[in-house]
Amino acid sequence: MTNTATETRSVVVEREIPYPPEKIWRALTQPHLIEEWLMKNDFKPVVGHRFDFRADWGGVDCQVLAVEPNRTLSYTWDAMGLESVVTWTLTPTRTGTHLRMEQSGFRPDQQQAYQGAKYGWQKFLAALDQALARMD
Amino acid sequence: MPKAHDVLFRTLADPTRRALFERLCREGEQTVGALTAQSGVSQPAVSKHLGVLKRARLVRDRHEGRQTHYSAQLGALAPLIDWTSQMAGFWQCRFDRLEDLLKRMDQ
Repeated sequence: MTNTATETRSVVVEREIPYPPEKIWRALTQPHLIEEWLMKNDFKPVVGHRFDFRADWGGVDCQVLAVEPNRTLSYTWDAMGLESVVTWTLTPTRTGTHLRMEQSGFRPDQQQAYQGAKYGWQKFLAALDQALARMD
Repeated sequence: MPKAHDVLFRTLADPTRRALFERLCREGEQTVGALTAQSGVSQPAVSKHLGVLKRARLVRDRHEGRQTHYSAQLGALAPLIDWTSQMAGFWQCRFDRLEDLLKRMDQ
């Protein structure tokens, strides 16, 4: 498609959260809490542990890469050919925590791996309709 | 516009074809018979549309006995999807849920 075939990309989401890192760490590492905001899982905060996230659209295979309690958590995120790494970074602030999530490792030729398409397709079709309306 | 886009746009420009594709996306794998029953067009017409979708790699067929099953190949949409913003949207939504959870959790 473009000349960036070997380029890795990343998605970064950051937020100031009015709670201490310790509390956020629990939500990021305890399976029953993770399930409440992300997906069903069999996560353990142990480097090398293999686990998966399960959703109605499929699953995500993961392996824990780094665990530094209350500071850093990193795991692989592989789904349908997509190979990426999700890294959480918690930095204490005066009012709580700066929470940063970076997902990296995408290459353009792995775009199809992103199964958010499964719910994104409707949006896509709406956009397509608009694009088609603009054509000819 | 890249050639891959042209093929996808052309293929999905037909409302009947798009409806078939949407249905496969929504409901998963279907036989030609099942697709015909709800499409409002004849089976040969459905088969022809499926053939066009298949050439655009938007669907895949699987033969089982005398039945042919079709399934959507969402990967074919990749050239048209801005995955970075989609994935960012996914995580933004999860961050919202995480914050809701934190509000409910004990200190």
